[in-house]
Amino acid sequence: MHRLRVNWRVSLRLLGGVLKWLAVPLAIPLVVAVIDGDPLVPFLAPIAVTLAAGVGLEQLETEKNMYTREAYLMVSLSWLCVGLVGAIPFVLAGNGLLAAPSNAIFESMSGITTTGATIIDDFGAHSRSILLWRQVIQWLGGLGILVLAISILSQLSVGGAQLMETESQTQDVQKLTPKIAGTARLIWRLYAGITLLATGGLFALGVAGIAPGMDLFNAVSHAMTAVATAGFSPQPDSVGAFAPAAQWLLVPFMFIGATNFILLYFFVNGDWGRPLRNEEFRFYLALVVGASVLMTLLLLVDADVATGGLEETVRLATFQIVSLLTTTGFATVDFNTWSPAAKHLLFACMFLGGMAGSTTCSIKLLRWLIVLKAFRRDLFTTIHPEAITPVRLSGTAVDEATIRDIYAYTLLSLVIFALATLVVVIDSARVGLELSEFEAMSAAAATFFNIGPAFGIAGPFNSYSPFSTVTKAAMTLLMYVGRIEIIPVAVLFTRSFWQS
Amino acid sequence: MNVLIVGAGQVGESIAADLAPSHDVTVVDQRSDRTEELTYGYDVLTVTGDGTDIDVLEEAGIESAEMVIASTDDDETNIVVCSTAAALSEALTIARIKHTKYLETWERADRVFGVDYMVCTNLLTARSIGRVVGLPAAIDVDPFAGGRVQMAEFEISEQCPIVDQTVQEADRYDSLTFAAVIRDDEVIVPDGSTVITAGDRVVVIGSPESVHNFADGLDPDHGAGADEEVAIFGGSEIGYHVARLLSERGFGPRLIEQDPDRARELAEELPAAQIMESDATDMEFLEREHIDEADVVVAALESDEKNLLVSLLARRLGADRTIAVIDTPAYVDLFEAVGVDVAINPRVVVAEEITRLTQSDKTENVALIESDKAEVIEIEVDADSVLAGRPIQESIADLPAGVVIGAITRKTEFVTPRGDTEIQPGDHVVLFVGAAAIEETTAAL
Repeated sequence: MHRLRVNWRVSLRLLGGVLKWLAVPLAIPLVVAVIDGDPLVPFLAPIAVTLAAGVGLEQLETEKNMYTREAYLMVSLSWLCVGLVGAIPFVLAGNGLLAAPSNAIFESMSGITTTGATIIDDFGAHSRSILLWRQVIQWLGGLGILVLAISILSQLSVGGAQLMETESQTQDVQKLTPKIAGTARLIWRLYAGITLLATGGLFALGVAGIAPGMDLFNAVSHAMTAVATAGFSPQPDSVGAFAPAAQWLLVPFMFIGATNFILLYFFVNGDWGRPLRNEEFRFYLALVVGASVLMTLLLLVDADVATGGLEETVRLATFQIVSLLTTTGFATVDFNTWSPAAKHLLFACMFLGGMAGSTTCSIKLLRWLIVLKAFRRDLFTTIHPEAITPVRLSGTAVDEATIRDIYAYTLLSLVIFALATLVVVIDSARVGLELSEFEAMSAAAATFFNIGPAFGIAGPFNSYSPFSTVTKAAMTLLMYVGRIEIIPVAVLFTRSFWQS
Repeated sequence: MNVLIVGAGQVGESIAADLAPSHDVTVVDQRSDRTEELTYGYDVLTVTGDGTDIDVLEEAGIESAEMVIASTDDDETNIVVCSTAAALSEALTIARIKHTKYLETWERADRVFGVDYMVCTNLLTARSIGRVVGLPAAIDVDPFAGGRVQMAEFEISEQCPIVDQTVQEADRYDSLTFAAVIRDDEVIVPDGSTVITAGDRVVVIGSPESVHNFADGLDPDHGAGADEEVAIFGGSEIGYHVARLLSERGFGPRLIEQDPDRARELAEELPAAQIMESDATDMEFLEREHIDEADVVVAALESDEKNLLVSLLARRLGADRTIAVIDTPAYVDLFEAVGVDVAINPRVVVAEEITRLTQSDKTENVALIESDKAEVIEIEVDADSVLAGRPIQESIADLPAGVVIGAITRKTEFVTPRGDTEIQPGDHVVLFVGAAAIEETTAAL
């Protein structure tokens, strides 16, 4: 027996800290349950479980320092455990499809990974407190639960930056303060502030009578999942349930949610020009505008869609593009009925994602930009083999090792997407579920890239419940792996991770 | 003035030679053969010993020194000498520095190390290369009066349109003065009827525009400016700074460096330059990258021999002009004779700069022509100067032969000197002075 080289006690003890604190967000739907007179057990039980497990794990005696392996283990375990704890209220509430544990875990994992793919097809069967819990876990998952944890866990002196890098897969976390916990706290405060702003805006529209039905519950719910680019909605027809003004208001908040938060921090602190000096941001803006314009044109030539005038067409196009490109997953229309061209444009947007260092998922524009630039560079060096031309991003040269990693990651993502499609197709055929290839591909992409709605049976106003249990389990895994960007989970399955 | 020079290498010796006639100069060097040579060659006191040793410095009279020049080949030694001098005396300290990192520290950290002036060899060399690159056919360019006046030396080839013209015919530019013609090592002060022949070198002084126009006229096939193709061989510090300075002026130079790590480093720091990783003598590479079409090739490799080789190779392939960095002073003339168009010796450049700093307040700026055949100096005219308040045709008679008034700047304006131009106190005057007349001239001014 080889000696174990991972100090798993460190990871578990820190996991204890995360679980312990999970009791706090669980108290939010508990308050609503008290007000509405709903059963309290669905929330009291997980609070007890998570507190007991958290405090218990914290008793592990071990040294404090955490290194790369411990960080990977901690990241993988945290997302998994929070996902499992998050499913407890759904099971205990026992309503509708969510009563089945596999469905509850799917829903919870879809929540914490900010995917937004839902099992629910009977929204009326669930209490407000359960629906709110879906929104809360998405908000927690938005910026990454570990970024939150770092800002709370003061004992994490060494290894905090490592954790943040491991979770967000950025090569170097730009520290805003000397202590990583300070940086994490600043970012979370900003995140909370933006969410509050979105809530205020939506609620004001509701109170003013511009957006009927936008009460405080809906304002909070949609603000949280817009800024988190997550996409759950307590409404069966998503944001389509609200007036155009509310739909328009959510567009900039989804856009901001998928913008790098360090950049937002500087912007909020008076450095107005900073985003425009950032090449990735310009790329992001150009893609969003370009895709929206293209989509508007595609919808204008489609007589079935362009029925409500230019404003409606532009709104339909912009909202769905921003929603899918930022990996949010809201919808204001059942885009299943759109033309194949329009649907394929939306499908292509699923592979993009917003900026690195934001709440977005998918491959992310930083990687695409570097892939494009590196390719252009490689074309140049084909003609001039001796030329040394670093790939530059906003003027800074990008390390060759980073470029290699990014190529590898992008390729790996596409391979996993292809394999996932295969699993969905084969398993659906096994259970006799009728599914087109495009539907299978879109469902695989929508879960792996944490988008949410797909096309066809898993469309924006439908649910993932028709898929077989095996497919749903596979999708749960895809959402999990996709959110923490493959590597932290993948390394756990290598021999060298556990042994020296 | 008591001047203490530490380091009697080429730079120290050249400064000592310049200062000895009018100052009390003491020279310290570790090598006795050097100090001996100086004792016999010049009117200076020498001390043999380590310049960072306090005993040696005291023996050399550091307490009474008014100026300390640290000019050894070692940056750290020079800094220590200046720091020691600053602690022991009130002397003005000048340190010769090779690497720009110390210059950056010194500039940013409020003139640290007890150094009053820092003279950076690599940067100065790169600047003088940069100045030559902009002007076709120029072999030396120096700025005066804060850049409002330029002195330039050109080599006249057979293709030049002004060959066989008189100076009067060739001087078609308003604010330009023909200061000298150098023919077979002899300096001729030209008058209007002097005929220019192929192989001459001419020294002109004037406004930067007129010097540029003159340069363009010499080589009408090639427009001067940023569309010139420049290839730099060697990513040394000099090569780096040349590329950087040219990039700032809008050129897109190519820089060829052999070492992969250094090439990558350069590529990251110089976004506007194209870095290539290759051996400078790889013929296939040179042909593939069309070095033959380069307007200027700069050789800044680590050895003189390699620089010569690359220059000749580039020349043979068809490059228009070659500039080589040459460390060994004896090679300068030799290399120019075998076909390097411009040979630049960093030590000469730095000695020039230090001499400039040591000049009395009146003389502000000096450029040496052909090492020592003549000087171009800039002075600020005060009321008791022979030049003040008189037309030039009168005052020139009171100056020795071999003096030419090249340009005048009044406040920020350029004034073209003509016979009837009256020089006023406060004017800056740029003069060309033959070697023989230097002492007499500076005294009269």
